[in-house]
Amino acid sequence: MLTISGLKVSVGGRQILRGLDLQIGDGEVHALMGPNGSGKSTLSQVLAGRDSFTVDGGSVTWDGRDVLEMSTEDRAREGMFLAFQYPVEIPGVSNAYFLKAAVNAVRRHRGLAELDAMDFLARVKAEMKAVGMREEFLYRSVNEGFSGGEKKRNEVLQMALLEPRLAILDETDSGLDIDALRVVADGVNRLRSPDRSMLVITHYQRLLEYIVPDKVHVLGQGRIVRSGGPELALELEARGYAWLLEESAPSSGPQSGPARAAAAAAAAAAQASGGRR
Amino acid sequence: MNTATRVLDSFLEREYSAGFVTEVETDSIPKGLSEDVIRTISARKGEPEFLLEWRLQAYRRWLRMTPPEWAHVSFPPIDFQDIVYYSAPKGANKDGPKSLDEVDPELLRTYEKLGVPLHERARLAGVAVDAVFDSVSVATTFRKQLAEHGIIFCSFSEAVKEHPDLVRKYLGTVVPQGDNFYSALNSAVFSDGSFVFIPKGVKCPMELSTYFRINARDTGQFERTLIIAEEGASVSYLEGCTAPMRDENQLHAAVVELVALDDAYIKYSTVQNWYPGDKDGVGGIYNFVTKRGDCRGPRSRISWTQVETGSAITWKYPSVLLRGDDSIGEFYSVALSNHRQQADTGTKMIHIGRNTTCTIISKGISAGRGSNTFRGLVRMSPKAESARNYTQCDSLLIGDKCAAHTFPTIEVRHPSARVEHEATTSRIGEDQLFYAMQRGLSAEDAVSMIVNGFCKEVFKELPMEFAVEAQNLLGVSLEGSVG
Repeated sequence: MLTISGLKVSVGGRQILRGLDLQIGDGEVHALMGPNGSGKSTLSQVLAGRDSFTVDGGSVTWDGRDVLEMSTEDRAREGMFLAFQYPVEIPGVSNAYFLKAAVNAVRRHRGLAELDAMDFLARVKAEMKAVGMREEFLYRSVNEGFSGGEKKRNEVLQMALLEPRLAILDETDSGLDIDALRVVADGVNRLRSPDRSMLVITHYQRLLEYIVPDKVHVLGQGRIVRSGGPELALELEARGYAWLLEESAPSSGPQSGPARAAAAAAAAAAQASGGRR
Repeated sequence: MNTATRVLDSFLEREYSAGFVTEVETDSIPKGLSEDVIRTISARKGEPEFLLEWRLQAYRRWLRMTPPEWAHVSFPPIDFQDIVYYSAPKGANKDGPKSLDEVDPELLRTYEKLGVPLHERARLAGVAVDAVFDSVSVATTFRKQLAEHGIIFCSFSEAVKEHPDLVRKYLGTVVPQGDNFYSALNSAVFSDGSFVFIPKGVKCPMELSTYFRINARDTGQFERTLIIAEEGASVSYLEGCTAPMRDENQLHAAVVELVALDDAYIKYSTVQNWYPGDKDGVGGIYNFVTKRGDCRGPRSRISWTQVETGSAITWKYPSVLLRGDDSIGEFYSVALSNHRQQADTGTKMIHIGRNTTCTIISKGISAGRGSNTFRGLVRMSPKAESARNYTQCDSLLIGDKCAAHTFPTIEVRHPSARVEHEATTSRIGEDQLFYAMQRGLSAEDAVSMIVNGFCKEVFKELPMEFAVEAQNLLGVSLEGSVG
């Protein structure tokens, strides 16, 4: 169980999350939607332990532990996984080496024996097949020269290998064509299980046609402005974000100026998305 | 301070583990340089007349020369009268290296502590070692086994006595005395170094290596190394270097000459870890070295690999003269400059023969307030038909107070020449660290993985045992430094 209460986060003095509440039960898949700049990626990075943000208030507990007190690597070893929106390139470090180092760091922490090269290769090759990655990607440098789709598959591959208890997917659908999207979604669906929670962050409803969430939340101006079932995503697809943001705007009081601007931007984004279809 | 910065800082704060001093009685001459000093050095080493004359000639040239000032480094002028030009552990300088039983146990312990046990059954069992301590060689291992193949591996002083004709034939033929200020100085006062001769058709059955240690205070080390591979011969040679931590700067001005005849192959690797000075730039070695190989015969090949993590100032350009047709020159380099270290290093590839090729891979890492400069020359001379070059020059910046510079020079005087130059500059990103740590890696492992990844193309050129040593040199100090 992950419980986020009243989380306030700023970067460079600018407030991004303004009292966010969210609860994800074991085995549940939640979708987090919202316009650009609403704080979706900030939330994912704060949860994973990136320290270029300042937590100004609130708490995050995960199975009774204070997440904000844990180091980045301990969160990972305890089973928190972030699939990056922009996976990072590490030149000269082979994917195989990186994956094995990660898998064994996590296994050590969990008191399991480290995998040797043979066992590791057998595992990784099976998982690669499942996400449609060719073996040559094992011997290429981490994400270097990978296409957008290949990078995202590599994220799903890592998620499969690391067997997290809580997976956060940060706009894993962005930049993917429909085939790649399907492969990634299949990979995610395969990993759904009663002891694995997921937070799927996305801009568009499209991904949720493939990964059907238990709950959908809308983030606006640093807070959850609406929660509901999968049908909420469909409503957003039809109506955009603007109406929701406007409904919640008055409560932001003196800051309604910037809030209105954000709502306008969101409306524009929603319109762009509507025009695409 | 965020994690990334903290990790990088602790990476940079690593201790210099070879900084201890060995307490031995030394036999040193007083500071200063003059013809008399040169005569004294030559007499102590019992040298033949021709070599004394050669030294004096170099000295007279040196007096007319001025120190080079074009390098991208800065330091106060060196007082050449304030240096001890000869210092040897007592008893070690009379008759050259003896059997290991007769070597001062304190010296053996020193090398053991440095990870270079001299006992032949010890860790470096497949590697022959020449151990040079200040101005003299104290021991050379595996000589007998090598002699069975006709290979000569001994200290330079010994070669002068035992093989004067070879020394006379090759000395100064690759790096002439007057080549530059420091080569002239070295030619005048050089003390010891290694001598390698691989006869025609022989493939040297083991790695050869020399371990240089500067120990005595105020002493300069001026070693001279000469490696000759006759027709069809091949050898892999490695040098390592360390020095105690001292507040004053010490000068190391070596000359290395390599000669490869027809079809010969010389692979020369360096793991240089001279004391770099403290974090404020106090102390450290001035490493002003001239290294050059001569691909004298057709199809010969000379390969330089260097991992440079030490020295306060490095000024060095291992070069290859590609004279034989179809000869090959290679330069693989990792240079790290941290704190206030300054490195101006690179290579010169002089293509003279037809169909000659060269490869240059340079990886510069700048950290702290370090400054790292790559300086390269690729010259395609008018006779170098179909010569080819490939240069890749990458810089990695750690932190925001360091500097990286690249000065490539390309001269092409034959229309068929092909020259390629690629260069990149990148920064160890907070992004990369966060990504690796989000996958469960510790901060230390993440940094050393990223740095090693950057250096990989060079490390893979090192002999196996030393590739591991080089990786450790860049990464080991991270242990326990976070948290």
